[in-house]
Amino acid sequence: MPGWLNRSQLVLAAALLAAGVAQFLSNRLDSYVLSVAMGVGINIILASSLNLINGFTGQFSLGHAGFMAVGAYTAAVLTGKLAPQLQPIFGGHVELLFPFALIVGGLVAAVAGGLVGAPSLRLKGDYLAIVTLGFGEIIKVIFQNVEYVGGAKGLNAIPDYSNLFWVFGTTAITVYTVWALMNSTYGRGFLAVADDEIAAEAMGLNTTRYKMVAFVVGAFFAGIAGGLFAHLNNSINPSGFDFNKSIEIVVMVILGGMGRHTGVILAAILLTVLTELLRQFGDYRMVIYSLLLILLMLTRPQGLLIWPIRKSASRRTT
Amino acid sequence: MTELLQQVINGLSLGAIYALIALGYTMVYGVLRFINFAHSDVFMLGAFTAFYSSRALGRWGFAGGGFLGGLLVLVISMAACAVIGVLIERLAYRPLRKRSTLTVLITAIGVSLFLQNGGQMVFGVNPKAFPNIFPSQTFKLGGLVINSNQLVVLGVALALLSALHWIVQRTRIGTAMRAVSFNATAASLVGIDTNRIISFTFGLGSALAGAGGVLYGMNYPSIEPLMGNSPGLKAFIAAVLGGIGSLPGAALGGMVLGFVETGVSGTRWSTYRDAVAFAILIGILLFRPAGLLGRNRIEKV
Repeated sequence: MPGWLNRSQLVLAAALLAAGVAQFLSNRLDSYVLSVAMGVGINIILASSLNLINGFTGQFSLGHAGFMAVGAYTAAVLTGKLAPQLQPIFGGHVELLFPFALIVGGLVAAVAGGLVGAPSLRLKGDYLAIVTLGFGEIIKVIFQNVEYVGGAKGLNAIPDYSNLFWVFGTTAITVYTVWALMNSTYGRGFLAVADDEIAAEAMGLNTTRYKMVAFVVGAFFAGIAGGLFAHLNNSINPSGFDFNKSIEIVVMVILGGMGRHTGVILAAILLTVLTELLRQFGDYRMVIYSLLLILLMLTRPQGLLIWPIRKSASRRTT
Repeated sequence: MTELLQQVINGLSLGAIYALIALGYTMVYGVLRFINFAHSDVFMLGAFTAFYSSRALGRWGFAGGGFLGGLLVLVISMAACAVIGVLIERLAYRPLRKRSTLTVLITAIGVSLFLQNGGQMVFGVNPKAFPNIFPSQTFKLGGLVINSNQLVVLGVALALLSALHWIVQRTRIGTAMRAVSFNATAASLVGIDTNRIISFTFGLGSALAGAGGVLYGMNYPSIEPLMGNSPGLKAFIAAVLGGIGSLPGAALGGMVLGFVETGVSGTRWSTYRDAVAFAILIGILLFRPAGLLGRNRIEKV
């Protein structure tokens, strides 16, 4: 192992390489399988980033789809309406315009996260959930009313820049960032806030700042996921980023066990594939989905993929 | 002037419906400290029960559109919703009594999704025209246009609010409800069967939501399985606005929200109606988290 890379960074590099190889081989894959695979990647990004807020930091947010929408719209405008102005900067290299759009989308979403977080993170529990839900709906209503981005009809004909490399490269970076953050000295602060806010404050932690950091970083990655989503589906509209979308992400986090890295990734994969499999049931799909959700909460509220291994210390290990 | 009065009347009837739904949220929050997301779908079921029962009554040749027939439909819907509410609590929430609020919250969202999607399968996705269950007539008073349905809405809402006030303040079970809401452990120590009280609270709240659904159907021409979403959220905002856990607060909050919404609808900002409601909610939570009439809870370490 080279000295300048530790093991987790090596894993990240391998994952990026694998994403590149997968992209190289992707023309052999069925286009449906390909789009489901990319959907899985996007959902992993969404679930991991929400896990930072809901799981690790313990701040229950129901507005993640709103930040996703901000990123999706920003990126889509950059590669669509503003592309003629931006292309010259990149010398006509489309492959550079897309990552630029994704990152700007993420940054704008992060700013939105900061604006939403600053006032609402003073609240706790149910109230925080409702306020984030409210902000998510407000973001949706604003997009519905801005004619520049198509109003309620949304944006169409977004170029299909998303491919396996971008999606899984970003997924790897997101998972790595959240993992590295949580395993750093700084990251322990998030756990402290989640475990006992008053105790954390008594230990001298600036709990508000920890919550803000979690919120802004989470929103950033949600924005990037939104950009990938827009360039995968080729069209976006405000109602696609409603309350139900946020719930979908929350369910992945809960199913995987709040504050677990691997569990949440597995849950994101499982739920995306399950949603696809349930499509054949047509109208029954959502009924089955909701019943599964209720049953899960009644029988395994700690998460589907969690088994108590040891009594203590096991709670926060991946 | 006439336009203002017209808006006041519209605001009152919308506010009354919000108030009825908000009471259910606030009562459940009072005893269980969680947001019953499925409440808005019980509201929807109330409207659909009225739709089908008024049809059935009509088929049996019972008072098509008479005033008594309308009241009967209303009572049937309320009773059905009460039963549904109690069942939801018994099957989905009671097993989770010792779990974290978050678990119950997600379960409530699951129940809500189930009722909405189940409703879409059973009732169909397309909106249905709501029948005239009360004899409908339009009065013109100067420039004012008042539909008799709006008067019925106000009358029924007022009657139900008074009845609720009487139950909560004057009866034995109402006293027990207040005791459980004040301190559930202490209430069970003095011999109150908390589970029974919680069931009763769900039944009562759901009956009010059912009535709200019928009244909503009367004022808005069509009903559909997802109709609960928007009024449900508004009513929840109303409950928080008035101070969640406070019954007069829920009624006041409903009225305020009804007025604000009709007010905003009259301006060119009408498409931002929902955003305004949420902005009010956020403002209230930030500056007066206990709501207008709520008590401040002191958090102890």
